[in-house]
Amino acid sequence: MSRADVLRTGAGRRPHPLWSLGLLRSELLTTVRRWRTLALLGVLAAVPVLVGIAVRIETRGGGTVGGNGEGPAFITQITNNGLFLVFTALAATLPFFLPMAVGVVAGDAIAGEAGAGTLRYLLVAPAGRTRLLLVKYATVLAFCLLATLVVTVSALLVGALLFPMGELTTISGTRIGLAEELGRALLIALVVAASLVGVAALGLFVSTLTNSGIAAMATTVGLLITVQIVDQIPQLHALQPYLFPHYWLSFADLMRDPVYWDDLMNNLGLQALYAAVFGSAAWARFTAKDINA
Amino acid sequence: MDEPPVIDTRGLTKRYRGGQLAVDGLDLTVPAGSVFGFLGPNGSGKTTTIRMLMGLIEPTAGSARVLGRPMPRAARTVLPQVGALIEGPALYGFLSGRDNLLRYDAADPAADPRTRRARVAAALDRVGLAAAAGKKAKAYSLGMKQRLGLAAALLQPRRLLVLDEPTNGLDPQGMREIRTLIRELAGDGTTVFLSSHLLDEIEQVCTHAAVMARGRLVTQGAVAELAAGARGRLVVTTPDGAEAARVLKELGVGDVTADGDRVTGEPPERDLAEVTAALVTAGVRVRGLTLERASLEDAFVALTGEGFDVAG
Repeated sequence: MSRADVLRTGAGRRPHPLWSLGLLRSELLTTVRRWRTLALLGVLAAVPVLVGIAVRIETRGGGTVGGNGEGPAFITQITNNGLFLVFTALAATLPFFLPMAVGVVAGDAIAGEAGAGTLRYLLVAPAGRTRLLLVKYATVLAFCLLATLVVTVSALLVGALLFPMGELTTISGTRIGLAEELGRALLIALVVAASLVGVAALGLFVSTLTNSGIAAMATTVGLLITVQIVDQIPQLHALQPYLFPHYWLSFADLMRDPVYWDDLMNNLGLQALYAAVFGSAAWARFTAKDINA
Repeated sequence: MDEPPVIDTRGLTKRYRGGQLAVDGLDLTVPAGSVFGFLGPNGSGKTTTIRMLMGLIEPTAGSARVLGRPMPRAARTVLPQVGALIEGPALYGFLSGRDNLLRYDAADPAADPRTRRARVAAALDRVGLAAAAGKKAKAYSLGMKQRLGLAAALLQPRRLLVLDEPTNGLDPQGMREIRTLIRELAGDGTTVFLSSHLLDEIEQVCTHAAVMARGRLVTQGAVAELAAGARGRLVVTTPDGAEAARVLKELGVGDVTADGDRVTGEPPERDLAEVTAALVTAGVRVRGLTLERASLEDAFVALTGEGFDVAG
């Protein structure tokens, strides 16, 4: 090949619009091929199993669970309908396990690549900083959905194995059939996944601040715990409606008939606000940053 | 054909936040088609310069043009035509060598996914890693990682290759292979920008070179001219060292030093045959008399006034 040919082929390559999706596909595959991701999903899948077995053992003699109103929401109803294990498991994992898993994946997103040095090669490929950040955020959001679905599916299987399934009584006392029950369970899973959008954006922003994946994960999970504590202190109630976990448990309102939308909408709006604020901050930081790692 | 330079910087400067001046007013010109050696002790600003050229860090002042386009603004159009190995390879240890390359190729929006597998296989083959392609990268030796990093730079036909210490961690056989590869690539018309601390490596493969010290460019130009700038040495090998030194001084040879049976001095103006005759006449038993060519290292020491491995 003569030099002129080399120059021509070099200059003649035009990116096809769809080729950009290759990076997203690569990122999704790379994420689920990490042992850490699989371990996190394994822990999440184990929670419904533990809850299901505990409830089964406790009620073997015909007794009731949490008779004095303690334990996660819906736990008393599991023995009547296995589907309630889905709601119990989501209520049990949403305050900590799910956001922690998301915090680990989001915190590692940029900082982990920087720490391993792979970030500089992605950028000279050139992935493009905005494109890479969007791909990273999309992947973290996909992980939010995947993690929630893992809890949901595991709970559904354990619930169907250990407890009766069938017609279900809503919190409001009306009865709905199995098809609609499954529809609502899926809707709840989607709302829970959407509840994690805010902590995902926060984690991604933290990830652009450091070159250590571990530091970014620890900071994100630390922030999560701090915010959860602040959300419990009555003296700080003026602040609480702006904290990302504040409306998390509103997904229970989907079990009302008719559905009570106010807090659900507050939750989704708050998550969108966090995504916008911390997404912009992450973009501003990452596109202006010197990559020295 | 008079092509514009492949790399052209004007007053390129980087001052880090601590106030430390890493690169100071660099005017670097890399001609198209050259194999360009970029020399300097550790901490002299080579890597900072490479990072600015690749758009990874923003210059504090000055400008850099790569392939005729301004960096980092034109990174999207320039970088798909540039292959780079910067400060050693970086790999995903839990992925195989092949999957590492598939990922890096997917990051390039100008890379055609339909030819991706074939290009990855060709790049692995070119660096001699075809047999180890399916192995996890964390099981690779340092030399294999270095080869995989090189393969990543060769995923596409490139107009410019930026190779930072490409033979690091390789055994002598591996170093020879890489040098051969660089010559091949240069033969195809690819410009190669090669940073190295191994002067003989630069001397063996480079047509041009630049020398940096303490963030400043000391010199740049064709390797032959740089080496010619430093003068060679007259070397006399003899068992009669002291007598030889006296005779050479009488003949007007400057800077005569005797070290055992080796007496050296600045090359004289007069014919070497006359020098030999004078030595023999004086009863000096001469084993050998040569004019040693100046190496790039001599040029380097002459230019920076310090040894090569001194950290700046």
